[in-house]
Amino acid sequence: MKFGVVTFPGSNCDYDAYAAVRHVLGEEVNFLWHKSTDLMASDIVILPGGFAYGDYLRAGAIARFSPIMEQVISFAHSGGLVIGICNGFQVLTESGLLPGALMRNEHLRFSCKQVYLRVEHTSSPFTRACMRGEVLMIPIAHGEGNYYNFDGDIQKLEDNGQVLFRYCDRSGALTPGANPNGSVHGIAGITNAEGNVLGMMPHPERAVEPILGSADGLKIFESIMAAVKTTVAGR
Amino acid sequence: MTSNKKAVVYVRLKEGVLDPQGATIQKALNQMGYSDFLSVRTGRFFELEVEGGAADIDRKIDEVCSKLLANPVIESYRVEKV
Repeated sequence: MKFGVVTFPGSNCDYDAYAAVRHVLGEEVNFLWHKSTDLMASDIVILPGGFAYGDYLRAGAIARFSPIMEQVISFAHSGGLVIGICNGFQVLTESGLLPGALMRNEHLRFSCKQVYLRVEHTSSPFTRACMRGEVLMIPIAHGEGNYYNFDGDIQKLEDNGQVLFRYCDRSGALTPGANPNGSVHGIAGITNAEGNVLGMMPHPERAVEPILGSADGLKIFESIMAAVKTTVAGR
Repeated sequence: MTSNKKAVVYVRLKEGVLDPQGATIQKALNQMGYSDFLSVRTGRFFELEVEGGAADIDRKIDEVCSKLLANPVIESYRVEKV
């Protein structure tokens, strides 16, 4: 199977994502340049972390109009798997592929640390290798990860099971202290209504080997691989 | 010869959307002794210059505001012609 990692000017986790796929998973992966309009037959597209276009104007606002994003948007609309990590999540909300917006962290500081995430359900292609309620340790590194949406829209996300990851403590409890940025309902990651597009602030590609402090991020990549293999086998 | 058109666009967070920067500035003012400053909301503005002959200039300005300058999910905007 083929992964594609988009590189915008200012992306800085594209090599981390590439290394996780190529060297840890041992799968094929290509960089997709922001000016290109070719997804290189990717089965899944990763929008990596960083500061695309310097985060000028708003994080993700300008990246959303790059040529490769037109392809990513139509790929997503046709059911292709897309995961946006950190800055990639911001690009996904700006492009309208995911609802809501990511605002400045409530405490205004850039947060770079390990956090715990609770897996809210496992019927998603991104969590099928996890257990419901499982706690993953995955790092965050962001200044604008404060997920915001209006009350009614949040309720829709909750009702549709679109909230996939929530910040929690080590035991899986949703405490205010476990929420690193002020996100509503402790949201760390959401999917679109169809479930094929995921945005998350934590970095699973930075948690793929014990030497990095955690290998819990692998579960998300393993879920994706299982999902893609099922789809390919079903074609 | 038509002269170029200028406009100023003000973008701000919608009512009810938390503005952590504004809240921090307001707290700082209070700490500085300006205890009668009850609220601060931040925003930004853009000065636009558009070629004079551009057709549908109002519609185009509106379009760039909603497409790019503001994020309609959390922000509202106001256009002021100069």
